[in-house]
Amino acid sequence: MATIIAPTSADTLQQRFSKALPAGIDEATIRVFDEESEWLVVARGTPEPVHSSFDSGAMVTVWAGGGTGIAATSDLSESGLRTALAEAKRWAEATAGRAIPIAAPGLTHHGEYASPLERSWSELDLAGRLELIRTVETQLKVDDRIVDWRASLGRRDVRSLLISSAGGSIEQTFNFVYPMLSATAASDSDAQSRTYGRGSYCGQGGMEVLDRYGFSQAAPRIGQEAVALLEAPNCPTGTMEILVAPDQMILQIHESIGHPLELDRILGDERNYAGTSFVTPDMFGSFQYGSELLNVTFDPTVPGQLASYAFDDDGTPATRQHLIKDGVLVRPLGSATSQSRSGMEGVANSRACSWNRPPIDRMANLNVEPGTSSLDDLIGGIEYGVFMHTNNSWSIDDSRNKFQFGCEMGQVIRDGELAETVRNPGYRGISRNFWRNLSGVGNQDTFAVMGTPNCGKGELNQVIGTGHASPACQFSNIEVFGADA
Amino acid sequence: MISEHYFDSLVTAATAKLTGDEVLLATADTETTDFTRFNNANVRQAGSISQTTMDLDLIEGQRHAEATLQLSGDQSTDQGRIDRTLKRLREQRAVVPDDPFLIINTEPASTSHVGTNELPERDDTLATITEGAAGRDLVGIYTAGSMASAFGNSLGQRNWFETSTFNFDWTFYLRADKAVKNSYAGFAWDQQAFDRKLVDAAGKLEALDREPIDLEPGDYAAYLTPAALDEVVGLLTYNAFSARAQQTSQSSLLRLVNEQGEFSDTIQMTEDTTNGVAPNFQEQGFLRPESVVMVDNGKAGDPLVSPRSAIEFGLQANGASSGESPESFAIEGGTLDADQALSELGTGLYVGNLWYTNFSDRPACRVTGMTRFATFWVEGGEIVAPVNVLRFDDTVYNMLGSNLVALTAEPEFIFDASTYHQRSSSSAKLPGALLESMRFTL
Repeated sequence: MATIIAPTSADTLQQRFSKALPAGIDEATIRVFDEESEWLVVARGTPEPVHSSFDSGAMVTVWAGGGTGIAATSDLSESGLRTALAEAKRWAEATAGRAIPIAAPGLTHHGEYASPLERSWSELDLAGRLELIRTVETQLKVDDRIVDWRASLGRRDVRSLLISSAGGSIEQTFNFVYPMLSATAASDSDAQSRTYGRGSYCGQGGMEVLDRYGFSQAAPRIGQEAVALLEAPNCPTGTMEILVAPDQMILQIHESIGHPLELDRILGDERNYAGTSFVTPDMFGSFQYGSELLNVTFDPTVPGQLASYAFDDDGTPATRQHLIKDGVLVRPLGSATSQSRSGMEGVANSRACSWNRPPIDRMANLNVEPGTSSLDDLIGGIEYGVFMHTNNSWSIDDSRNKFQFGCEMGQVIRDGELAETVRNPGYRGISRNFWRNLSGVGNQDTFAVMGTPNCGKGELNQVIGTGHASPACQFSNIEVFGADA
Repeated sequence: MISEHYFDSLVTAATAKLTGDEVLLATADTETTDFTRFNNANVRQAGSISQTTMDLDLIEGQRHAEATLQLSGDQSTDQGRIDRTLKRLREQRAVVPDDPFLIINTEPASTSHVGTNELPERDDTLATITEGAAGRDLVGIYTAGSMASAFGNSLGQRNWFETSTFNFDWTFYLRADKAVKNSYAGFAWDQQAFDRKLVDAAGKLEALDREPIDLEPGDYAAYLTPAALDEVVGLLTYNAFSARAQQTSQSSLLRLVNEQGEFSDTIQMTEDTTNGVAPNFQEQGFLRPESVVMVDNGKAGDPLVSPRSAIEFGLQANGASSGESPESFAIEGGTLDADQALSELGTGLYVGNLWYTNFSDRPACRVTGMTRFATFWVEGGEIVAPVNVLRFDDTVYNMLGSNLVALTAEPEFIFDASTYHQRSSSSAKLPGALLESMRFTL
């Protein structure tokens, strides 16, 4: 098939960029972002129109006279880049003297990255891909009470290219796959939904991403569980143990560890929108964030995880770092810019969702490291509690402290054994206390590598994918409730 | 940003390339945006963005395929991209089945609206904001520029809706999480109006300087400002009024639709296109009615019905986009004088803003969220002290039904400040709400 928007080669862009550079600047960078995607959806027995997307553009940043200016354009011709660079320079000059000083990156190194790819997306042609999700979608409707059911499959291929007038360049290509299944069962005035990890079984790679968590086999179970939830009692209310499955843990990590550790939030950039943080700079190195069982890493090196990369969007080499070690807070999620502003060590997490938004501090892959307990050991150690599966509701205060999360499905644990399924399970807590109640961490057999495809943050607003991996984890003395509490 | 003429020329050229009985639908969203982000009254990030996306839907019979592509603004480049996209869509269309829910508008109805560009100069605004915030901890974002939505098809219909707006979404911080949120948005900058907002925010900061109090979880009387109410009813705009969601039992107003729940008979919720800032046409070229009454005297009214849902569920379409979400949402005002809200509240919570709302029980339309920014404890109709953040968890049926005392008489117009992918053209027009009781849980 013909390429709709052929990515301009790095050499050509380098030449155009160099010719278009204005005089009198300290440094300029161009970050080019090319994306092609395809989305297939079958809902309630009918395929929706195949949707493809083709995007290409660049953001140029100019450091001049003590200011920094940005311009984003979809015109990658030499004249288009010249216009954008001149505009960025004007912004740098206009804001100099009333801007937070941001040092030029001095990008002089070179690097590249490509997603691991075992089985190409084109292994199946379009007809084959449609047939695959039609087959799976049909398997979701296991009962007449299933009133809505759908299967979808998306892929995004991205080329990101960063070039600096200082001589450095970084080129990275990414292949993302996003499978999704959902079924809703309804009675007269109630409805219960069950999903395939609520979109979290996504990752980098090709068709092999579908095999990691059994996409082709999952549909009948999802349909059956939706119907079972409709008939299930409400989750019990009270203070008890909870066992949290990886597809809920990822949300718990994301909201109550990831966001509060973002250094730009701690520095106040997000106070008008996403919020601030209960974490303050003096807490790093000493604050007991969780029990000693808690080990959290920023790890963009995990093969196939959603937010793996070799360099962030400022060109900083990405390495694995502990953010929380044996329960103690040791390092924030802060990019080179935030590190410079705060004087703190951080990680390579400057990320932008596309060419038309500037990079900000982000989670990448943020993972809870596995422990030593088997799932049977964890369940066996709980006298009374609830096993929480798959997030379906999330809310947390602007300091990332008081939270309330709901899940799609719960299973009561009674006397060390799994008992009845319950619906509308939820729990509340306060981040700075919650993680200290971590009382059990599952081993590698309970560990799942997943992702959150749609994390919103920033002004201008941005949606980006973050990776999360976790074992099943046990927490004690948690306030649990059902729908009628 | 592209012009109306440029969009027309691209659609006309693409139409000339169609074969057989093909029909082409095209939409575009185009904008030029200046943005300045502030932290502590200093510029954090500033720049400009020019972007144009075009959506193409290539149809023959009941088969079709869709694509979105970025335009460069160069005619030759863009026509090449469109030509290659049409070829790709033809190839895809050959392998997809008939779409039984496809319907197109075969009665061309062209419209054009180009609002006057009265935006202030970039440097002037930058100076005004930084000088107005001098000595304050201001954080927020200013965006401004022209933007347009367009529709065209191979049957000759053309629709263009262009506006030039600014939106300054900002907060004065006192310390930690004690802050006053504000916004100033519109078409032409009024310095006196902006100055009044600065003075008003500074005054509220003084009240925030008092020692904050922690309230125990429980039920409290509350006054929700229009901005706070926006966070609650904004959640409803995701799927509550969608015909598809209602037909598949996924609407958060399922019980209202099934007549097992109701709001106060004073509640009137409308998709008020005439008084909003969103386009009056949707992506298949169907024009929107001036308004759709979605909740009528507290009971379920008409859902928002996209052309696709109309076919699938046997309903009458009413100009809704495929998402079937309101874009110009309005709740009719009530009888309460906003200036009397505190005295009518007596003792309870003045909630300036809510935050991070989500459903804790969707079928019951039970919503949870947090207080944020200026929230105060009130006694005897007077502000006593700021309140540390509280979590609420209550049903909208309680809040706008059994526990609703009154709505303020003059609804406020709220421009949506969101900029995900592009600047939003959504808006809400909402009153404040005085509640006899609201449930707080943490």
